[in-house]
Amino acid sequence: MDVGQMQRQWLDYTRSLFIEGFLDNQFLQLQQLQDENNPEFVVEVVSLFFDDSERLLKDLNFALDQQGVDFKKVDAHVHQLKGSSSSIGAQRVKNACIAFRNFCEEQNVEACLRCLQQVKQEYCLVKNKLETLFRLEQQIVAAGGSIPMMELGF
Amino acid sequence: MAGGEVLRQNLPEKLEESPSGANELHVLAVDDSLVDRKVIERLLKISSCKVTVVESGTRALQYLGLDGDKKSSIGFDSVKVNLIMTDYSMPGMTGYDLLKKIKQESSVFREIPVVIMSSENILTRIDRCLEEGAEDFLLKPVKLSDVRRLKDFIMRGEVKEGEKRCCKRSRSEDCSPSSMTHPCDSSLLSSLSSSSVLSPLSPSTLSSKKSRL
Repeated sequence: MDVGQMQRQWLDYTRSLFIEGFLDNQFLQLQQLQDENNPEFVVEVVSLFFDDSERLLKDLNFALDQQGVDFKKVDAHVHQLKGSSSSIGAQRVKNACIAFRNFCEEQNVEACLRCLQQVKQEYCLVKNKLETLFRLEQQIVAAGGSIPMMELGF
Repeated sequence: MAGGEVLRQNLPEKLEESPSGANELHVLAVDDSLVDRKVIERLLKISSCKVTVVESGTRALQYLGLDGDKKSSIGFDSVKVNLIMTDYSMPGMTGYDLLKKIKQESSVFREIPVVIMSSENILTRIDRCLEEGAEDFLLKPVKLSDVRRLKDFIMRGEVKEGEKRCCKRSRSEDCSPSSMTHPCDSSLLSSLSSSSVLSPLSPSTLSSKKSRL
């Protein structure tokens, strides 16, 4: 595959992530913050998000596993996850968190457990997608090409 | 592009003398989220601001030398901050608590504009913060356009201070720009009409400034 083909593949893949709702405008904002002086910015922030999310998902598992569930704590964890997913543009994770918080308010353990599964699923999906995207970028750069700029108006 | 930039070209030496020193804005950002700290730091750096990021209100007060601990106080001369941007929801001391503490201070510290950032668009929360003296309330995720707008507003404020000193000294120079409005009014008005307070919507079309293909 030549650089041009790889770049087209990258563009198609990125577009699909937006169309399928995995990513939103905020991800584009992050890309705008990347430049020659900070060429790894997006990868760095997303890595922080992965670490943060994995910690929060563990905490959520633990909190919901208790005899007497502390819904305030559960809500606090979900709020954090909602915040960080929103900050990197991980739209489906964010939306799953919003739904989750509603059930925290209702103090419904069963529903919360279902929501947790949903959030985990969305998180795994977006993690895979982003890792694939970053691999494509590495391939392009290794082949001497540059990463195209995305426009949302497609 | 900013009115502040144009004015500064007319009065470079005057601004140099002001306590804020060089034309670079020093922003203190406060957020308990690691991801958000990374993003806000980059947003500010790319907007040519000097940035100090801390993880809590307590740390922010320590940095400013306001925590009452004489040992940690560096002396405010070396800790000149032009703007404080703080997350609202933080464990322990919230952004609102931090705002109140700063506004309770005398002189210099009370003057520092404080901006609250929050992912939640709750009107009562917004009102409370503005009433307590917050300069603006930004909905997260914070965008580059929010930071640019803030920076312009703060810079205009800084220039106005330099202006006052200039006018006192020499009446013969023309130091009154035509487009000067009261910073607070334009900020509140612009924050009401932009994404910063009431509408979380952001522009749906973003065009890249440079093509990298």
